[in-house]
Amino acid sequence: MVRQSGADKTKRLIIGLCITGAIFVIQLFRLQIADDEYKISAANNALRYETRYPSRGLILDRNGKILVGNKVTYDIMATPADLQPFDTLEFCRIMEADPEEIKAKFADFRKRRRKIGYQTVPLIKQADSEKYNRFAEVSFKFPGITAVSRSTRDYPYNACGNLLGYVSEVDTSYIRKNPEYRSGDYAGKTGIEAICEKELRGVKGYSIFVRDVHNRIQSSFENGLHDSSAVPGNNVYTTIDAELQNYVEEIMANKVGSVVAIEPETGEILALVSSPGISVDKLANINRYYNEIASDPMKPMFNRAVMSPYPPGSVFKILNGLIALQEGVLTPSTTYRCSNGYHVGNFTLKCHSHKPSIDMTESIMMSCNAYYCYVLRDILDNPAYRNIEESMKEWQRMVMSFGFGKPLGCDLPSEQGGTIPGPETYNHTHGKGRWKSLSVISLSIGQGEIGATPLQLANYAAILANRGYYRIPHILKEHADTADAAKFSEKRYTAIDRKHFDEIIPGMYYAVNKTSADGATAWRAGVKGLEICGKTGTAQNPHGKDHATFIGFAPKDNPRIAICVYIENAGFGGTWAAPVASLAIEKYLTGSISRPEVEKQMKEAVLNPYFKPEEKNDNR
Amino acid sequence: MTTDKKNILKSIDWILVAIYMILAITGILNIYSSVYTEEHISIFSPATRSGMQIIWFGISLAAAAAILFIINPNVYDVMSWMFYGLIMLLLIAVLFIGDESKGSVSWIRIGPIRFQPAEISKITTSLLLASIMSRYGFRLNSIKDLLKILAVILLPVLIIIMQKETGTTLVYAGFIFVLYREGMSGWFIAFGMLVVTLFVITMKFSPFFGILAALAIFSYMWQKANRYSLKKSCILWSIVILSAFIPMLAEIPVIERINPLAPEYWMLAISVACMTAYGINPLRKRFDRRQYALVSAAFAASVMMVFSVDIFFHKILQPHQRERIESLLGLKEDIYGVGYNVHQSKIAIGSGGFFGKGYLNGTQTKYNFVPEQSTDFIFCTIGEEWGFAGSVALVALYIALIIRIVQAAEKSREKFTRVYGYCVASALFMHFLINIGMTIGILPVIGIPLPFVSYGGTSILAFTVMLFIFIRLDAKERG
Repeated sequence: MVRQSGADKTKRLIIGLCITGAIFVIQLFRLQIADDEYKISAANNALRYETRYPSRGLILDRNGKILVGNKVTYDIMATPADLQPFDTLEFCRIMEADPEEIKAKFADFRKRRRKIGYQTVPLIKQADSEKYNRFAEVSFKFPGITAVSRSTRDYPYNACGNLLGYVSEVDTSYIRKNPEYRSGDYAGKTGIEAICEKELRGVKGYSIFVRDVHNRIQSSFENGLHDSSAVPGNNVYTTIDAELQNYVEEIMANKVGSVVAIEPETGEILALVSSPGISVDKLANINRYYNEIASDPMKPMFNRAVMSPYPPGSVFKILNGLIALQEGVLTPSTTYRCSNGYHVGNFTLKCHSHKPSIDMTESIMMSCNAYYCYVLRDILDNPAYRNIEESMKEWQRMVMSFGFGKPLGCDLPSEQGGTIPGPETYNHTHGKGRWKSLSVISLSIGQGEIGATPLQLANYAAILANRGYYRIPHILKEHADTADAAKFSEKRYTAIDRKHFDEIIPGMYYAVNKTSADGATAWRAGVKGLEICGKTGTAQNPHGKDHATFIGFAPKDNPRIAICVYIENAGFGGTWAAPVASLAIEKYLTGSISRPEVEKQMKEAVLNPYFKPEEKNDNR
Repeated sequence: MTTDKKNILKSIDWILVAIYMILAITGILNIYSSVYTEEHISIFSPATRSGMQIIWFGISLAAAAAILFIINPNVYDVMSWMFYGLIMLLLIAVLFIGDESKGSVSWIRIGPIRFQPAEISKITTSLLLASIMSRYGFRLNSIKDLLKILAVILLPVLIIIMQKETGTTLVYAGFIFVLYREGMSGWFIAFGMLVVTLFVITMKFSPFFGILAALAIFSYMWQKANRYSLKKSCILWSIVILSAFIPMLAEIPVIERINPLAPEYWMLAISVACMTAYGINPLRKRFDRRQYALVSAAFAASVMMVFSVDIFFHKILQPHQRERIESLLGLKEDIYGVGYNVHQSKIAIGSGGFFGKGYLNGTQTKYNFVPEQSTDFIFCTIGEEWGFAGSVALVALYIALIIRIVQAAEKSREKFTRVYGYCVASALFMHFLINIGMTIGILPVIGIPLPFVSYGGTSILAFTVMLFIFIRLDAKERG
């Protein structure tokens, strides 16, 4: 090899140096200019997006009264890294917390200290402002403990516990189904909160902060230039009348059953009570009470009004009457004889004692069982049809045109459809051709294979009030979805002509407005001047005492309210359901109660087999 | 004395001083930025690292003034043995009385001051090297002189390894450039680079490719040295490449049966065949027996090196060194463990963009995402806040500094000054190469400071003294 001179070598060394520099510059170019990945990583590294939670929309009643509002509570937070020893007992005294619970929390923090790092974690959730104020005065004594305000649901009326539903933090399975949610978000889980989640939730905003490697917030990013503010959720108007709802819930306390009131013309639900329900206090704090509610044998979460099909009992007689009128097998002047029941051979369907020969109006007023046995047999054995299957099919079609037998399609979740038997039902149970009208005779008085929810019965009352049509009952004033809005505003006619309604309603009027001496079954529902029309029912059931039921509307002309009262295992419909309905109707139409003694009696009646006296304190 | 001073002032290389000042002030500003918090503590506050650095910068300037104006420059040559011996004693003393910090015992405490003798030993070693090599009659070719030189370099290296500051010893590898300039064959540097290349190829791919690369390099050199024609070269290359891939290309059972060994042994066989073929090539016109022996030896060494990569890697290297190399070569992706520093460092630099985020506006470095950011990873702060422009400017500044030193050394009439100048340039270069190389993710993580810029009292003082001794020696020649 040629020996190189010193100058030559110097040149080579300098070239080597420059190459090194060039390599550095190329790498810097790659990192700083060519590749965006590092800039994104840096933003993720150093910026913390803190969510600004929007205030949830209010839920209002038909008159703009607030059913669900928001109130501020405080979460007491601990930053374990900043904690210093303090007087735990004093802290517990101030916060009214269980020292053992707090100790367990701190033990848990110690266990997870690596994971928590410099983060702040909740210590006591949803402390009210009274506790917070006490804490704030002496917070200097508790280094590392801070309070964060949080908006929670507030319920000015103790009403609608079942309807409103609750709001709780989303869990992983919820997020999987609704990817737009993030852990820490709240969402409506049941009832109106769930149905109207999209309107109520609002839009989250963000505050962007710069943080350090320990996740400590250092400053707001570019003075909050990129922050977005939260957009509050929209208010939701319901069709509920808060006063009526509240009043009915009070009456229904200590009873098991439902009351549904509907504005007949519009199908708007004025009140929908399922008793026992959830107290709104528990609703606001659902996490704490969830287990208690879920394990309650009376299933307060279970909305009986839409989820529980019952035998309708005698209230169904009106419908059978209407069908018979429509089919031409009955006229208002048709009379049948009743001798304490309906007797065919060995078969007897009992009836209570009343005058032996009655016409249609009297049959409704007195609620005669035998009369409707004749009516149903006339319908089913109608020679206009080839056989009982055909006539039964027609009967089923007409019954279902009243919204029975399938869900009405209201805007409440989990609505049940109930059952209306058809020929297939009996072909299945008895065998084809092996059943006749007498086999299904209990349908005449609304017993047997019939199941209808209180909502369907209330809708039935609304149809009677409207003389032949209904709008699907609903609980929201406005529906964002146009298809929904059209669905709820559509007038739906039944298979019965209007004139037959006019023929049958006098019976309902007399049932309420004549005296018991006249044989009126619903006389206890009579309120002077209100012109209530109604029909009682006393439904036999395999679970014990008869269910008491009542459907009705008022006033007779241009009705403003249709109602169904269904009280489980109460006894006679005329004794229990009718007065409750009349109280509700009076409250709604006049705003006052003219018969305080009836109100008192109804309120104090305990018809709940699981009733425990100490629960009374729990209900506001 | 006054005229003397005036002369010195005139003959000082003010450009070097200016570059030095710029670097040191850049360092202070960025140290302040890296420890800057919203609390706005003053840059001068001694409670912060920037304040401490300012104090050390002041001490360094005082030392520089002393070197320029007070200390007789002849003292360095004459007293080099004494300085060297003193520092070696200190280095050894550190082993026994030093403070332990992050696994290494390299700090010594005198009163409130802590410093690292290893930083200073660079200066004394350089001075002694310059002194020995400038002695009349010194010849690198003589085994005795070479051994003497090697001993002078390796003694501090050994002690520093014992202090577990392995990274620092790499700086001493830079003295190879000095030896190169002073007459050592360039083959040593070339071979060193070859070793690194083969190591990387073997690690990243396989020994098979390691040997293939060695074969390619030596074939190329052989072809160059013998001035083969293009046609002949092509035949030669295709034979080598084809034979290397025979087992892979033709999955013929027969060949697989006669090739039961691992591919690297197949490669070894091919290589030996090639070398033998070159040796007995009947077509050769000229044959330099010595050259053939040299190339064969170098090749054999390369192949041995390829085969020993595994042993070296797993037996000799410490686990943390292994992990750092694996992380660099992308063999292990672990951005929360070993790779964390470099990953965060690249994010910080990368997020700077062209003009950077502006002074004190870095989010990555300011909020401690990058560990050691004021010391070894100070370049991150610069990259993030001053962007591509600032980073390139800093790189350019270092290159200018080193070139300036090399040129001044070349010009000097005295060999002592020249050798010392090269020593200074080499040490600066090694620090520059390793530090920035690691920060931007092209070299493994080796914790050594960026000269004049990184936080560290001993570091800035040592580099200042080192540089200003050269400036003084240079001034003496000019004056």
